[in-house]
Amino acid sequence: MRSYRWHKSVALVAAGMVAACGGGGDGGGGSDTAGGAAPEAAVQIDPATVGTISGMVNFAGEAPAMTPVDMSGEPDCAAGYGGDGPMSNTVLASGGGLANVFVYLSEGVSGGPAASGSVPLNQENCRYEPHVFGVQSGQDIAITNSDNFLHNINASPTENRGFNISQPRAGITSTQSFSVAEVMVPIRCDVHGWMNAYVGVVDHPYFAASDATGNFSIGNVPAGTYTVTAWHEEYGTMTTSVTVTAQSTAEIAFDYSADMAGAEVPMNEPLVLHHESDGIHRVSLNGAAGR
Amino acid sequence: MDWALPPNYSTFGVQIDQLFWIIFVITGIAFVLVEAGLILFIVKYRSRTGHKAYYTHGSNKLEIIWTVVPALVFVVLGVYSAGLWADIKNPSNMPEGAIEFEVRAKQFEWNIVYPGPDEILGTGDDFEVLNQFHFPAGEPVIVYLEAEDVIHSFFIPELRVKQDAVPGMRIPVWFDATQTGEFEIACAELCGLGHYRMEAAVTVHERADFDAWQASRALAQ
Amino acid sequence: MATIVAEAPGQATGHAEHEQSFLRKYIFSSDHKIIAIQFLFLTLFFLAVGGLLAMMMRYQIAWPDQPIPGGGILPESMVASGYILPEFYNALVTMHGSIMVFLAIMPMLVGVYANYLIPLQLGTHDMAFPRLNMYSFWLMVPAGIITLASFWVIGGAAGAGWTLYAPLSARPDLTGVELGQVMWLVALIFIGLSSILGSVNYITTTINMRAPGMTWFRMPLTIWALFITAILALLAMPVLSAAGIMLLFDQTLGTSFFLPEGGGQPLLWQHLFWFFGHPEVYILILPAMGFVSEILATGSRKPVFGYKAMVWAIVAIAFLGFIVWGHHMFMSGMNPTLGLSFTVSTLLIAVPSAIKTFNWMGTMWRGNLKLHTPMLFAISFVALFAIGGLSGVFMAATPVDIYIHDTYFIVAHLHYVLFGGSLFALFGAIYYWFPKMFGRMMSEKWGKVHFWTTFVLYNLVFFPMHGLGMVGMMRRIYDSTGYAHLEGIQDTNQLITVAAFGLYLTGFIFAFNFFWSIFKGKKASRNPWDATTLEWQTPSPPKHGNWDEVPVVYHGPHEYSHPDVLDKDWLAQNERPDVVSPAAGSH
Repeated sequence: MRSYRWHKSVALVAAGMVAACGGGGDGGGGSDTAGGAAPEAAVQIDPATVGTISGMVNFAGEAPAMTPVDMSGEPDCAAGYGGDGPMSNTVLASGGGLANVFVYLSEGVSGGPAASGSVPLNQENCRYEPHVFGVQSGQDIAITNSDNFLHNINASPTENRGFNISQPRAGITSTQSFSVAEVMVPIRCDVHGWMNAYVGVVDHPYFAASDATGNFSIGNVPAGTYTVTAWHEEYGTMTTSVTVTAQSTAEIAFDYSADMAGAEVPMNEPLVLHHESDGIHRVSLNGAAGR
Repeated sequence: MDWALPPNYSTFGVQIDQLFWIIFVITGIAFVLVEAGLILFIVKYRSRTGHKAYYTHGSNKLEIIWTVVPALVFVVLGVYSAGLWADIKNPSNMPEGAIEFEVRAKQFEWNIVYPGPDEILGTGDDFEVLNQFHFPAGEPVIVYLEAEDVIHSFFIPELRVKQDAVPGMRIPVWFDATQTGEFEIACAELCGLGHYRMEAAVTVHERADFDAWQASRALAQ
Repeated sequence: MATIVAEAPGQATGHAEHEQSFLRKYIFSSDHKIIAIQFLFLTLFFLAVGGLLAMMMRYQIAWPDQPIPGGGILPESMVASGYILPEFYNALVTMHGSIMVFLAIMPMLVGVYANYLIPLQLGTHDMAFPRLNMYSFWLMVPAGIITLASFWVIGGAAGAGWTLYAPLSARPDLTGVELGQVMWLVALIFIGLSSILGSVNYITTTINMRAPGMTWFRMPLTIWALFITAILALLAMPVLSAAGIMLLFDQTLGTSFFLPEGGGQPLLWQHLFWFFGHPEVYILILPAMGFVSEILATGSRKPVFGYKAMVWAIVAIAFLGFIVWGHHMFMSGMNPTLGLSFTVSTLLIAVPSAIKTFNWMGTMWRGNLKLHTPMLFAISFVALFAIGGLSGVFMAATPVDIYIHDTYFIVAHLHYVLFGGSLFALFGAIYYWFPKMFGRMMSEKWGKVHFWTTFVLYNLVFFPMHGLGMVGMMRRIYDSTGYAHLEGIQDTNQLITVAAFGLYLTGFIFAFNFFWSIFKGKKASRNPWDATTLEWQTPSPPKHGNWDEVPVVYHGPHEYSHPDVLDKDWLAQNERPDVVSPAAGSH
């Protein structure tokens, strides 16, 4: 159900400017927010203090074989595909890069501009688009249905209140949000069992999902040293450290490989952010790790 | 809309329909007696000048008659129903040698597990198909019904088969189709927001046809 | 055997004398008549609400591909882009049934008429426990508020059917409904408590406070029906409350009474619910049968045919009602052998209902029928309840139930007994006892308009549902146009919907007549129907305390057209001790 949240973002905005200036990654960088609300008083992000993290998720080895989902039992979905349907797994790895890896700053962040605007999640041809994406806590997710038949959107967080809503026809939109950081929240459609998505709810705007070639980019990151975590639904998590200096781009890489298959994949984890420079230890709402 | 039961392509379904029509006749007679009686009384005994009511507290004889007669009718109905019911639902009456499938209901789909060419469930050549139920005509079929999340209900109207699928239970259901054709499994127990769309396609084949289909499908898995 | 009963201690008539504040007299009243009228307003309101929910459902069924006019005023969680959402449809289905059963029909039958009639027809001043009675009403108010509020919380109102089958009802992740379900269960607990407290009063008053001469077999059939109903409620409602609490725990505290993952059993919910649920439906019909017996006798100017048989039939229905619950579970997966025992008991319970139907006809036979509005509703009760009862025979035959279970055949059946039965009887009762309650008559002309429009439209709505069930239309289906076996039913669905809209509008005729007549109706005499029972032997409306002196009873309840009474065709229960009536049941 829609809840009207008067974010700090109405006052802050920066997002529109940020989208214009820096962030452009191909794979849906986290600082790319869609259609921002008109700012009342934009907090300017001083370009002199921020830099960019740019990177690549490498993948070594053979990606698992993709078997198409048998759509003959789902005529509505089959009609939209014309033979070339969604795949039974969503591990996309081509040209040595791994797609749909959620990358975010997991330590060292002391907040950041609040979100403005909403993040889109669309259902088309019985697939969620995007499959993996990030959103700030409290930020709206604008869910739309481009298929003219029933999908439901069933989110199963543990730190947040979940939802299970339906959109029986094209053109219906709903807005949902999560109030507390949680990485990741699984979303599924119960009408079409292969349809799922993952959303990372983060307290800050520094996240991205890798694109089809494994590239990602996070812009407007304040200068400092951070831990960066990568999450993949099949191959689990990796972390690395990065130091961002103002007005420059830090390059990082994650090296996944096929033999990481079957790794333990964390889900529904709360975020604990440490603020190092002022000595204040900030903890998110459910500081306990794992449930 | 035609006030008719759908075409019946099942052996025990024929008996179900017969019972339906027997009950229809019995209740129809009672219906006519009551409604016609009421209309007759309204007309004949309505108040008008000079008309008086007949003072009586009842008749024990009539009480006995209209207690015993309905009771007898119901006893007969009950005995016949019980016999047919046991034939259809009692697990110990399920036909021997029937081909077996597993049907797993979940929000909002039917997953059919086929026994594979060896026709034994639980072996390596089993395979699962989403929302498509194929089986051969002219012979009994047993479905082991399971549910993964909430209660669903397995309903194929033309075959007169219905059975709830209950989480935590594995319920055997037997039925047959007397001829080939295309039908549907409809979910007949409210199971959530997608309940109205929880259908699967049923295809009844000639035996040889079914064998061929199953073999090629098993290979493709 | 006559039982002379002393007045219950503490029932001094003195409390009629002192002036009470408006609040004490009309709001927090312990006078059974005021409490009954409070119940009446509350239940009429919820009848309208329940009907409105049904109108939205019917629109969706008839035109699933059209936006609903006016849908925009509802939030996006219910109606999106003008279309009712499937989860909201499930909430409509659930709350229509729940509100109608628990907030409209049951409290109207019992909360209104048990309260109003028991002290009056038994010839006593008030209930045994007047203050408890007041609590019984006031418990319904938070229940109603919580129920209405549940639509507006995140996730919406409960959506697992009025039957709340687990695991669906216990798993918010599988429905999207969390708080709404909890709220409905809490409301149910209030309602259960209200009902139990009421039963305590009705049973105690009936056993202990009958006027001198009012033996058991001189009680009006209405009292027998309400008394037996009260016993049913006392025994059945706690089972629902217990089951509801278990469900609440499963949903909120992590227990597993009904969840197989934790070792629980979904079927346990069904057994508990229907162990309550079947007596519940007899709670919903027995008082109606009582009213009908009363109104038919009065309207036919004849004693009830087979009074004693009618009493034993009520007792038999109540007793047998406790051993038929499994007939709601034939397809549930319970041991099929149980199907046999429940078929037997279910077919058996049809017998006393048949006996009653024949006795009602016997009451009308050779009568002098006054076809006023209450009588029209009472006669149509017999006609429509007969249809409902007969359709039940199809379900009792387990093999046929395989096909018709969870189809619209069941929907037709339940509406014939609950609407064609209970609600028609209630309309009759409202018109009949209105003069006593409010001291004025309802308009007879508009009553007849209401009756005829309701009767015709009602049958246009519900009779075709038998056909829909035969064709195989399932219940609780948001959109049935995707099924090959249901091709061709939309015309019927649309006809039903249009008729249903008309039926809802007839409620306005009734409501207007009802409210207008309270203020402007023709003043009513003490006994406008020339009826024999005790409530008609006091002013309309009776004063606080009902009687200065408790009446003495000399006759049975429905002594009409007694051959020894020549100047009129009725004999009040408390007049002419010299006239001797034959014992009921003899000829």
